[in-house]
Amino acid sequence: MTDARRRILQGLRVHAAAKGRAPAIPVRRFEWSQEEAVDRLEQMMQAVRTEVHRVDDAWPQRLAEELTRASARRLYYGAKGPLTGELTAGWPDSAPELVAWEGSIETTRDRLFDEADASFTSARAGIAETGSLVLWPTPAEPRLLSLVPPIHCVLLERRQIVSTLHALMVEERWAAQMPTNALLISGPSKSADIEQTLAYGVHGPERLILLIR
Amino acid sequence: MRTELRVRATQALGRDRVRANIRRAMDGLILKRRAAFPDVEELERLRDQGEAIRDHALANLPELLEALEGRCAANGIQVHWARDAAEANAIILTIIQGHGGKAVIKGKSMVSEEIGLNDCLSAHGIEPIETDLGELIIQLAQEHPSHIVAPAVHKDRREIAALFSRHYPDEPYTEEIERLTALARRVMRERFKGTRIGLSGVNFAVAETGTLCLVENEGNGRLSTTAPDVHIAITGIEKVIARLEHLAPLLTLLTRSATGQPITTYVNMISGPRKPDERDGPREVHLVLLDNGRSGIHADPQLRATLRCIRCAACMNHCPVYVRIGGHGYGTVYPGPIGSILEPQLQGLERQGELAQASTLCGACSAVCPVRIPIPQLLNRLRFEHAEAQRGKGTGIRIEGFIWRAWATAHAHPALYRRVTWIIRRMRGLVGLSIRPWNRTRTAPRIAPRSLHALVREEGLAND
Ligand code: SF4
Repeated sequence: MTDARRRILQGLRVHAAAKGRAPAIPVRRFEWSQEEAVDRLEQMMQAVRTEVHRVDDAWPQRLAEELTRASARRLYYGAKGPLTGELTAGWPDSAPELVAWEGSIETTRDRLFDEADASFTSARAGIAETGSLVLWPTPAEPRLLSLVPPIHCVLLERRQIVSTLHALMVEERWAAQMPTNALLISGPSKSADIEQTLAYGVHGPERLILLIR
Repeated sequence: MRTELRVRATQALGRDRVRANIRRAMDGLILKRRAAFPDVEELERLRDQGEAIRDHALANLPELLEALEGRCAANGIQVHWARDAAEANAIILTIIQGHGGKAVIKGKSMVSEEIGLNDCLSAHGIEPIETDLGELIIQLAQEHPSHIVAPAVHKDRREIAALFSRHYPDEPYTEEIERLTALARRVMRERFKGTRIGLSGVNFAVAETGTLCLVENEGNGRLSTTAPDVHIAITGIEKVIARLEHLAPLLTLLTRSATGQPITTYVNMISGPRKPDERDGPREVHLVLLDNGRSGIHADPQLRATLRCIRCAACMNHCPVYVRIGGHGYGTVYPGPIGSILEPQLQGLERQGELAQASTLCGACSAVCPVRIPIPQLLNRLRFEHAEAQRGKGTGIRIEGFIWRAWATAHAHPALYRRVTWIIRRMRGLVGLSIRPWNRTRTAPRIAPRSLHALVREEGLAND
């Protein structure tokens, strides 16, 4: 198909246009205090049915209570995730079983699809403007962890909340270090394909539980 | 003239239930979009940015495509080029067959509709599985999408309930939207788990980083691009943008214009296949870049604006023609105002030139378009070219040409104009008879006994 490539590019070069530099877009940001940013994120995420809880260091206890109420039996988490130490240390005995994801998806797929009632991941940042969580899945916390189990639980630190995606991309210089998969999550999965009526819990998680510390 | 388009539009006008469904949905989408842009100045600023970003991308298209290809290759994404639908289908088929694939889970992709991928796959014994709820409904009903963002918008819950109960007889019958949605989740679960090839479209392809950006609400797009061993992405060559940062204003414009959402549930940025130390994600990612007539559009400086489109569907949501005849009334893959300028260019004026007439030129489309495509101007240009090409072919066109030439002459000669309008005023009782086709669906116009010129001469203008 190299011929196709050559022909297409040739066709596009027939009428060369005025080129010019890529437009510089002023970075959109808001001067919100941390408290305002937390409030905004909470409000935006609740508007799309995220369950938001403000927590302290006893968050594993709090999460365990929520999941017990949801009758979840197993919570999957990344074995080497950044919050794994805290999660396992603070997990009460009576709570749903903690299951560490260690192997590849090939050895984990069946269990993840069939028995994981809930999952837990960290987040890289929160975006106040749109009420979004930023995840860059890693070997420690793989991509499907935030996608397959019906309940996805996330711990977000208050200081991780920024005002806009644009500001975050620029400050962290994303363009120089894009991961395999960068992700924004803004609520549990939903669809409005039937009569433009919102229904939550389609193919991704049915519930999103956000703990803000 | 009983052309195919007119027959189809007339039939569409007679489908009351579909019309009601579409009307209800479009009214809702219009309100949601309006609420999402409360600040007009901010909206205009964003539109400036959107237009500038897309214009820049198109002005530098060959260079950006090469840069995209280079970055993707460095990231491990395999890039393929297809001049037309047949080449694109062949590329995709080869990849799937190379892996012994028997089924493909599909995220929503209008380009896959454009190339007729599902038919091609089925003909080769490969099952295409539409996973987006709207696309699934359409696939079960053996129809085509009637809207580029909400494909099943013409169906109501009762039709969908009947459809599901026919195809999934073991599931309990329900007309509740929450339960219909839950049913779709249940039946798709095994397919996501067991299918080894996934296919998706692309909303934006970032040249700078080799990133494919996809937006969606359901999670099916993420599943189709993450769970299988192989991910095939297909996109038109115009979807490339220069910088990662450009995503920020474009995403804001896209989701707010489309559904009034500040952002979709998922924004998925894919920059490569699974790395050796990663535990999941596809081992192969392919990107198919489709031309299929786009380079021809690109060659024309005025028509090139067509390619700025980010497929938000705001133009069709606001279109008085679309809301009456729906997507199926157009009979093309891309309906609505964007379809009326795009399809005649992709398929040629000979086949689709008449589509440029499927508009009242009210301008609602260009007033809401997030990248400011001057759709009415482009429609006029295409109408002119179509009329030129048709000249002398049919009597209808010849009479029309004569009428317009006479109109132009009269307006250029005041004395003649006065005489003609004098005659028309005298004969105004007959006019209702002479334009009967016009009057069939409209109230007959009444010609005033006295001309505007005469009135102005007598009374003067208020702010003279
Ligand atoms: S033409 Fe404009 S309004 Fe219509 S779909 Fe494209 S971007 Fe949206």
